[in-house]
Amino acid sequence: MVRFFNALGTPLLSFFQYLGEVVMLAADTFRSIFTHKLRWKLFLNQVVEVGLLSQLVVIITGAFTGAVFSAQTFFQFNKLGMGSAVGAVVSVSLCRELAPVLTALMVAGRVGAAMSAEIGTMKVTEQIDALRALAVYPVDYLVVPRALAMMVSMPLLVAECIAVGIAAGYLVAIFMLDINGTYYMANMVRWTRSRDIIMGLSKAFCFGILIVFISCQKGLTTREGAVGVGRATTEAVVNASLAVLICNFFLTMMFNIIYPAGYQ
Amino acid sequence: MIKVRSLAKKIGQQEILCGVDLEVRSGETLAIIGRSGGGKSVLLKHLVGLMEPDTGEIWIQGQNIIGMNERQLRAIRQKVGILFQGGALFDSMTVEDNIAFPLREAGERDPKVLQSKVSEMLEVMEMEGEEDKMPESLSGGMKKRVGLARAIIRRPSCVLYDEPTAGLDPVVADSINRLIRRLQQRFGMTSVVVTHDMKSAFDVADWIAYLHEGRVYFHGTATELQQSTDPLIQDFLLGRSDGRDD
Repeated sequence: MVRFFNALGTPLLSFFQYLGEVVMLAADTFRSIFTHKLRWKLFLNQVVEVGLLSQLVVIITGAFTGAVFSAQTFFQFNKLGMGSAVGAVVSVSLCRELAPVLTALMVAGRVGAAMSAEIGTMKVTEQIDALRALAVYPVDYLVVPRALAMMVSMPLLVAECIAVGIAAGYLVAIFMLDINGTYYMANMVRWTRSRDIIMGLSKAFCFGILIVFISCQKGLTTREGAVGVGRATTEAVVNASLAVLICNFFLTMMFNIIYPAGYQ
Repeated sequence: MIKVRSLAKKIGQQEILCGVDLEVRSGETLAIIGRSGGGKSVLLKHLVGLMEPDTGEIWIQGQNIIGMNERQLRAIRQKVGILFQGGALFDSMTVEDNIAFPLREAGERDPKVLQSKVSEMLEVMEMEGEEDKMPESLSGGMKKRVGLARAIIRRPSCVLYDEPTAGLDPVVADSINRLIRRLQQRFGMTSVVVTHDMKSAFDVADWIAYLHEGRVYFHGTATELQQSTDPLIQDFLLGRSDGRDD
């Protein structure tokens, strides 16, 4: 019995310790954002890294998700004579769920991995110790610009993903599935509310925060050289992706109370 | 300048430092020698607050740094520079940006001031014309020089050197030793040099401390160390193995 509780307790304790470290890093970062000067150059570099260089990935993700979702919805709805409702379904789904989650997963893979690997390499090559020794607090220098860039970029990337997804869904619906464009647009505009967009962008903001703190925490606690950097990078991507998927459920339930779906 | 009292540190199950007492006076150079894995670098990192001891006190210019948080340690770290074993240069920055980094972080924005101070440092390091190189294209000795330039550009009152000559050929190692002496003479800096290179220790140090099994086993001048008849010290000086590690 004791062995059972030991086996259960050790990973549970490690999990809560890890969770605590991520929360402490987030608290430290927010404190720093409000009390210390921002390094604008580093912030803008990170906006380029997180936002600008993720464009292609996000556009492709949005376009093909919108296209395939439009086709699949049409195949099912057309049997019921509701082909023109495809636009509304695609649009609301993209705004509320697909665009925020898929963009977050792509960003976790692309940007989260890069952040974790870069900071992890700095850790194992004593560059973070060098920063500290030069009287520069690593959270101020490394985490704050990344966190702010993520908070700014993620909602914009998701907005872009929604727009591209809707456009791709429209093109597929009109040119490949022969849906009437006027009805498609009318239904889409009628059923897509500003609250759907607000919900998607709010989720994007939350996911951005999750990705940046999980990735930076992994980087800052990297040990054991090149192997450690590899491990930290993998764990950062896996943990950030899981956190996005799990939090998405709770955010959906919470936002559904604030902004009920389909409410007129 | 620096006082260490009963410093102890355990990493995992291993006791690295078990009650170290040391004192370094202003303007003097202390070399800390000892076998590899004996806790020399760990001790050095404690002196600038990069590691926290389990017990003990570290006084830098009359201030006990134990228990200070990262932000409180900033003021201390502006007084104490450190040269890391591998240089620890920021690999995304050029030599010039690495050296100018502490000044930029201190708020200096004037490109002329930055350039003139970097040039002065490169001249001291005998590295003129290397400003635009990236760290990856520098040799081990050059990396250490750039790391040293970065550590001293804000004129700290004390510099800590972690194995400054490790991995360098004798000629380059000698040039680093000359550089350390020149810095002492030119800027009057207090220095703590961790090394197991005896030539380096004899060349640069006023005082030598021999760290053994986590304690200061010997503290004295280079002459006193050489004249010591203690078998442990003799073994270390002559590079004699007693076979216990076989």
